[in-house]
Amino acid sequence: MKYLDEYRDGERARQLAREIHRITTRPWNIMEVCGGQTHAIVKFGIDELLPKFITLIHGPGCPVCVTPLEIIDQALEIAARPEVIFASFGDMLRVPGSTTDLLSVKAGGGDVRMVYSPLDAVRLAEQNPARDVVFFGVGFETTAPATAMAVYQAAQKGLKNFSMLISHVLVPPAIEALMSSPNCKVQGFLAAGHVCAVMGYEEYPPLAAKYHVPIVVTGFEPLDILQGVLMVVQQLESGRAEVENQYTRAVQREGNLPAQDLIRKVFRVVPRKWRGIGEIPQSGLGLNDAYAAFDAARKFGLADRQVAEPAECLSGLVLQGQIKPHECPAFGQRCTPEHPLGATMVSSEGACAAYYRYRRQTPDVAGKTP
Amino acid sequence: MCLAIPGKIESISGDDPLVRMGKINFGGILKEACLAYVPEARVGDYVIVHVGFALNRVDEEEAHKVFEYLKQMEELGELEDREAGLPPAGGKT
Amino acid sequence: MSQVPIENFALACPVPLAQYPHVLLAHGGGGKLMHQLIGKMFLAAFRNPLLEAQLDSTVVEWTGRKLAFTTDSYVVRPIFFPGGDIGSMAVHGTVNDLAMSGARPLYLSSAFILEEGLPMETLWRVVCSMRDAAQRCGVQIITGDTKVVDKGKGDGLFINTTGIGIIEHDRMIAPQSVRPGDAVLVNGDLGRHGMAIMAVREGLEFESRIESDSAPVADLVRQLLQAGIEIHCLRDLTRGGLASTLNEIAEAAGVRIDIEEKSVPVREDVHAACEMLGLDPLHVACEGRFAMFVAAKDAERARQIMRDHAVGAEPAVIGRVAESSMPLVTLKSVIGASRILDMSSGEQLPRIC
Repeated sequence: MKYLDEYRDGERARQLAREIHRITTRPWNIMEVCGGQTHAIVKFGIDELLPKFITLIHGPGCPVCVTPLEIIDQALEIAARPEVIFASFGDMLRVPGSTTDLLSVKAGGGDVRMVYSPLDAVRLAEQNPARDVVFFGVGFETTAPATAMAVYQAAQKGLKNFSMLISHVLVPPAIEALMSSPNCKVQGFLAAGHVCAVMGYEEYPPLAAKYHVPIVVTGFEPLDILQGVLMVVQQLESGRAEVENQYTRAVQREGNLPAQDLIRKVFRVVPRKWRGIGEIPQSGLGLNDAYAAFDAARKFGLADRQVAEPAECLSGLVLQGQIKPHECPAFGQRCTPEHPLGATMVSSEGACAAYYRYRRQTPDVAGKTP
Repeated sequence: MCLAIPGKIESISGDDPLVRMGKINFGGILKEACLAYVPEARVGDYVIVHVGFALNRVDEEEAHKVFEYLKQMEELGELEDREAGLPPAGGKT
Repeated sequence: MSQVPIENFALACPVPLAQYPHVLLAHGGGGKLMHQLIGKMFLAAFRNPLLEAQLDSTVVEWTGRKLAFTTDSYVVRPIFFPGGDIGSMAVHGTVNDLAMSGARPLYLSSAFILEEGLPMETLWRVVCSMRDAAQRCGVQIITGDTKVVDKGKGDGLFINTTGIGIIEHDRMIAPQSVRPGDAVLVNGDLGRHGMAIMAVREGLEFESRIESDSAPVADLVRQLLQAGIEIHCLRDLTRGGLASTLNEIAEAAGVRIDIEEKSVPVREDVHAACEMLGLDPLHVACEGRFAMFVAAKDAERARQIMRDHAVGAEPAVIGRVAESSMPLVTLKSVIGASRILDMSSGEQLPRIC
């Protein structure tokens, strides 16, 4: 596939790795924000090519992992209703709520359907006028243009049986929250390439300056990630803290303006609770009043609730990069991909699942798994 | 997050920019995507598609930059080797 | 009819009920959950060494001859898909399971569970497809059964086929025969079947459509045996894909299997479909595909025979067996770094992240 496979070239990957080795003189902690980047790092073994001095910390860039327990429980409640067709991306189906998950609701008779695009959910609403179609709108800024368009088109078509349970989250506030934590060890960031394709990267220079961290907008293939790391290390080694763009083939500084326009039209910024981290102000998207009729939580009269996480689950600390997955006492014992305690073990790019799948034989991890 | 992959626009339909749809070719597989957010895209352009929406066009010139950079590094490396009297590195095939 | 006393399920059942009080789709996915269900419930209840070998077909000795015996049920949706249908799959699949013991397939049974309301036309198409497939494979369907269930209870049509074959060689084709140093081969490119099905379900169109690789392999296996290839183990790649199969063998044989990702053949369109949905071809279901473990000296010859046998498939040597204190499958990625290749827990789901 063009513009994909050539960025997986082994020889060139090793060439970039050699250059990183050549210039690295000190230990550095670099966080890749995006779950898709974590997935690539683990799948291709990119961190194996890096010098031992460089530690990659896996960030909270997995919207699946950070969707609050309360919202998942709301989703489960809605999905169980007989008049509802509950449409969701595949990622969310296995994430555990307080007592169950969407796949189990499906097994119990709920009409839970996996969709590829939010527009598929709108189509379902058109095709099933007697049912209530609810779409689970999860994702970072990358997905917001799609969900915004779904709501916009539903409004244009005058659909009364379509609504959305929204759990959109924004990246820059999360980075700010991470950096302002006293335990934060992150010295440089690989910013999420596709989020920036939508939003641009004009919000990052103040963060880079305030916390003195290099931020490099990075893509998702091995060559992208390696080049992103190289650019961060070059800055770190020379004491710079600037915003740079590695993913220039897909990202411009101002981002995608038509997409931002529709996002602003349909959504407004709201406070949002991040599972495992807590509430971060101005870090989520909610529907504007003009589109309030499409808010599933309101439509189904679901009250806000507070749910406590199982005390055992330390996914919050993992998401903040403060502990490694295998340092959690439940890792590999009471918490595995087959029976996960938290979202980081369910999501294919959650740090815990990645560690369990791919690392459990290495010496520092092996002691923790059966 | 944000699984988005590059594909080539084979055809475009719809006049209203907000419902403009394209048939995108991903390595031989065709799937529709909404082109509302890439109003300047034309047939033959490559776009990055996420959950059925094209988020941006692929800038083909920028796409080559990393390879040019690597090529320069390689040539620089060979130049330095030559100046140091080393034989050219093998394994470049 | 006398009542057979049944042990109290909650007390006797070793499956962690607290986790899964109901059967999930993942329990049929070919991954860890399915293996747990089989191990902790079926093997535990039925308990015998023949079953515990967990081979594609079980070899039994009877009056001096060795027979292979297997069964499989087919529940695929959609019933008709590019490259095949539930009927041809039901014949090929069971014939292939017999072939995995190196047996010559002889006879099949066929049991139908039909949902009230299934169009007769549909059933006839499926049955004709089975007839044609059986003819191609040189087997006869000699017994069967038919049941009809209420509308809403059966998802159209389920088929079970059971097969008997005869072993005409003296090799022990099973994980126990796998040795460190063995070469690992596959008889063609991976993921076509799973992606053909997924593509129909997800509404992906094709320039050249992805067709299922459902096909009989018994003839090929016979050719390999006749050519004197030292085959140690055969296993077909079905649900759970290559990753599942290799992990099963590594576990049963107690070895490490090292695979090179760049040697694993995947066609461009299957690769593209996987990328679009965020799936890994190593975990995608195949049909007419198997993994073969042979003595290293025969690897290249085996590959040639497979290549000459089928047009268009791309047989390949994908890795080696190594000695190990713990069963493991490793994968060297296209950029040269190694990681563990695990089986997935349940069904692989398309993702957006």
